[in-house]
Amino acid sequence: MRPFTYTRATDVNSAVQEITRHEKAKFVAGGTNLLDLMKIDVMAPQHLVDITRIALNTIEATADGGLRLGALVTNNDTAYHEQVEKRYPLISHAILAGATGQLRNMATDGGNLLQRTRCYYFYDTQTPCNKREPGSGCSAIKGYNRDLAILGTSEHCIATHPSDMCVALAALEASINVTGPKGERTIPIADFHRLPGDTPHIDTNLQEDEIITSIDLPAKGFAEHYTYLKLRDRASYAFAIVSVAAALDLDGDTIKEARIALGGVAHKPWRKPEAEAMLQGQQATRENFRKVAEAYLEGAKGYGDNDYKIELAKRAIVRALEQAFNKEGAA
Amino acid sequence: MKTDQIGKERNRVDGKAKVTGEAKYAAEFEAENLAYGVVVSSGIAKGKIKSIDASKALALDGVLQVFTHENRPGYMWLDKNYKDDDAPPGSPFRPLYDNEVQFSMQPIALVVAETFELARYAAMLVEVAYETAEHDTDFDANLEQAYEPEEYKASEPPKPRGDVDKALAEASARIEQTYTHPAEHHNPMEMHASTAVWEGDGKLTVYDKIQGVQNSQQYIASAFGMSQDEVRVISPFVGGAFGSGLRPQYQLFLAVLAARELQRSVRVVMTRQQMFSFGHRPKTLQRFKLGADADGKLQALQQEVYGETSRFEDYSEDVVLWPGVLYPCDNTKLTHKLVGLDVYTPLDMRAPGGTTGIYALECAIDELAYEAGVDPLEFRKKNYSEKDQNEDKPFSSKELRECYRQGAEKFGWSKRKMEPRSMKDGHQLIGWGMAQGAWEANQAEASAKAVLSKDGKLTVSSATADIGTGTYTVMTQIAAEALGLSLEDVTFKLGDSDLPKAPLEGGSKTVATVGSAVKKACEQVQEKLLKLAQEQSNSPLAETKLEDVEFSEGRISLKRDASKSMQLQDLLQHSENGSLEGEVSTKPSDESKEYARYAHSAVFAEVKVDEDLGTVKVTRVVTAVAGGRIVNPKTARSQILGGMVWGMGVALHEHTVMDNHLGRFINHDLDKYHVPVNADVQEMEVIFVEEEDEVVNPLGVKGLGEIGVVGVAPAIANAIFHATGKRVRELPITMDKLL
Repeated sequence: MRPFTYTRATDVNSAVQEITRHEKAKFVAGGTNLLDLMKIDVMAPQHLVDITRIALNTIEATADGGLRLGALVTNNDTAYHEQVEKRYPLISHAILAGATGQLRNMATDGGNLLQRTRCYYFYDTQTPCNKREPGSGCSAIKGYNRDLAILGTSEHCIATHPSDMCVALAALEASINVTGPKGERTIPIADFHRLPGDTPHIDTNLQEDEIITSIDLPAKGFAEHYTYLKLRDRASYAFAIVSVAAALDLDGDTIKEARIALGGVAHKPWRKPEAEAMLQGQQATRENFRKVAEAYLEGAKGYGDNDYKIELAKRAIVRALEQAFNKEGAA
Repeated sequence: MKTDQIGKERNRVDGKAKVTGEAKYAAEFEAENLAYGVVVSSGIAKGKIKSIDASKALALDGVLQVFTHENRPGYMWLDKNYKDDDAPPGSPFRPLYDNEVQFSMQPIALVVAETFELARYAAMLVEVAYETAEHDTDFDANLEQAYEPEEYKASEPPKPRGDVDKALAEASARIEQTYTHPAEHHNPMEMHASTAVWEGDGKLTVYDKIQGVQNSQQYIASAFGMSQDEVRVISPFVGGAFGSGLRPQYQLFLAVLAARELQRSVRVVMTRQQMFSFGHRPKTLQRFKLGADADGKLQALQQEVYGETSRFEDYSEDVVLWPGVLYPCDNTKLTHKLVGLDVYTPLDMRAPGGTTGIYALECAIDELAYEAGVDPLEFRKKNYSEKDQNEDKPFSSKELRECYRQGAEKFGWSKRKMEPRSMKDGHQLIGWGMAQGAWEANQAEASAKAVLSKDGKLTVSSATADIGTGTYTVMTQIAAEALGLSLEDVTFKLGDSDLPKAPLEGGSKTVATVGSAVKKACEQVQEKLLKLAQEQSNSPLAETKLEDVEFSEGRISLKRDASKSMQLQDLLQHSENGSLEGEVSTKPSDESKEYARYAHSAVFAEVKVDEDLGTVKVTRVVTAVAGGRIVNPKTARSQILGGMVWGMGVALHEHTVMDNHLGRFINHDLDKYHVPVNADVQEMEVIFVEEEDEVVNPLGVKGLGEIGVVGVAPAIANAIFHATGKRVRELPITMDKLL
């Protein structure tokens, strides 16, 4: 680990001041990803602003009937929060599908949004990686890419975003509240994470000097027909090969509204509202689900080892929608 | 036979020390003025180091030295000085020897500093320039260049018998298939570590993670030109090893080098990533041709093995040993060739050769049983081996039929339908599969010492290891049994090179090897106790022989008349020094060598495979083991359970991925290298069948470290076939292969 300086912020404004005041500074909260990356020299901030003492650790109702998750609420406290469990079980399930109890006790909701990719090459400083070292090349495209992205990739990067929680947030159309030197703004989850393009080293549209303060969940929580389906190589403590957050609003067997977000397949949680819309007014049948799945994966591209993910993702969408329809949220 | 300790469930004698943290591991021993070393690993797989610029590291206050091939001291650089007890034929790797890079992540420098954090930071500042050469790590692309080594590390492949081609041509059922097993790394929880304590005067005490302290001692003495008196190696606890600690690893060499040069104590601990920088289970490809006659009897068996090795050592393991042990067959051809690559030399990993060989053999047999239309268990009963055909010897004992019977009954095998895809639960296809396994029940030479002191406390010692297997506990039981003491009155010491000689702990032979020595050392004490008893005036035991007395509850008594007895503690007051000693060396009996000695297992597994998504759950496994006499059913069960989980990892998870462009293992941490987690493990049952063996060794025991592993992966693979109708012949069986 390279030496760094450290200060502790007491409120949002002082946090923003601290981050602008120091060169190559980063916020640190749970530290479950950042500290690991610092130890292996993948990230080397010169200054850390500890934000854990800022009062951003509550979950409260919003004026429009939704719920606001403070950025510093831990993943576990969020997953087991009474209102989240009751009104947004998709969020609870997605969070609990990730990491371990110990990690979720440290990891915060704001930090979850900012997780770095788990691409093998990103973690090995002896290999070329455009995300870690812009311009050095992508080892994964011609190397081992079994776990990597099939949608929204670029010739520079095929990394995936590893979060489970963010996939559920994408399906529910959450929005992210941030504060920077120029004041507050709100970023819809769909615009929060970026595709790699030719700047794969930039994961999100959050500016370096902005801090996430909270996540707003809209009033509609799809608490009846939902599922978070996570496919992975072992039963726990593994990142998704493919995951699907699916939510349905039904009138009998007729679909009024469908939401589908995919994890493990792209540089961001993957949504395609125009494909979801195909289900509107349709019957909840396997055939209709498969059609949407085909539409969702249109344009998907495999890189050899990960070709199978295209078909797997389609099947996962079908299964997730069936589970949501059958109220098998916890499957 | 009546016993007080042997065969009884006992808690681990070291359990409390382990859970309270009192037990110390190699990186936990403190030393005055300790310095910390961090290893710099090569970024390329092959080439030369043009230059190493350590100036930025050395400029930091507190960095003591950066050792490289340029400034390493010059002595004992002959490769034969680097041989160790587990070295394969060839030229062992010598850390910092010259500027050649022979494999990716090769240690190329050691940064030593006042603190660990500083050393780690300084290591990031070391700048290395390479002259890169073209590497080749592609196993599949080099099969045609495979060669038969001049000398096999393990056994030579058995000689061919009969005429395989003819028998195959005449067979009424035959299969021809290829199975591959990936490279795997041991990944014990404890990373390799050495704390080299500078004692002054050129002397060192080294706390090392190793499966045999005397191997490290000999290696250091030889590599550094020291006498054995100048180096003592201590390793009281090992946090898992699985074979990774059979050979002294480079952190030991570098810690000793730095300690000698700096004349102060130095600790070097590998990172988790560096745990992927030395030996591994080799990638192995096996081509099988099998043929059976109309009665379902095996008539032809050909096994062609290709195993990975390095450019500098010929590593091989017993992959082709198993057909001759498990199946009678008159026409066999077994070959084992090596594929040399720019990698570090492979290294024995839990059930080396058996894990790979038995996996492929048992899957091939399952395929043949299906070709012949015979139930897989029935097929094995029809082809039951009554002798070891490799050496043409009878088995010292073999209760495998009883394993079949008890295992099948517990599992409910009789309810199985032969047809694949015949059981289903919602989206889950259910499959039942089975396999059998064997593992060597060897005994090696070992020494032990027993000292019974005046207070009635017994101390027994031998320079063996406890790698988490329960050595402390079972040796304590064996000694307590011999002298009729309680476990609390017995202390067993191990992991110190000053103790009586013992071989490496590996190959499931420690209880047989060290246990036999412990037993005999205690028997010497028994003799001395009896003599002492008889020397007493009016001794109730005068004129008795050793076989007429028994030792129980702190007394020596006449077997046929327990009223004639004496208290050991009273007797000890009369001994010359207040204590009695026994010190012995033992080796396998000549009689035992007339027999093939193996433990056996039958494994039954149930899987559920999602018909659309290809995800696999192992819902039930039953393993029945014929493992001789079970010294401690509790630790024994634990070992078999661990082996079963290991086997599940072999079948479904473990795989070190080689990126051939970079010549580098790329999933080198525990996030990306998967072993099973708790949530993967569902019902698991262990059955020990009765097996008496008077020949195998004086204790009648067979090792259990590896027999729990070998049959599990093929049983799971066969169950996946039964569930899905698909044969996946490339491990691990992951969802992409089942879509």
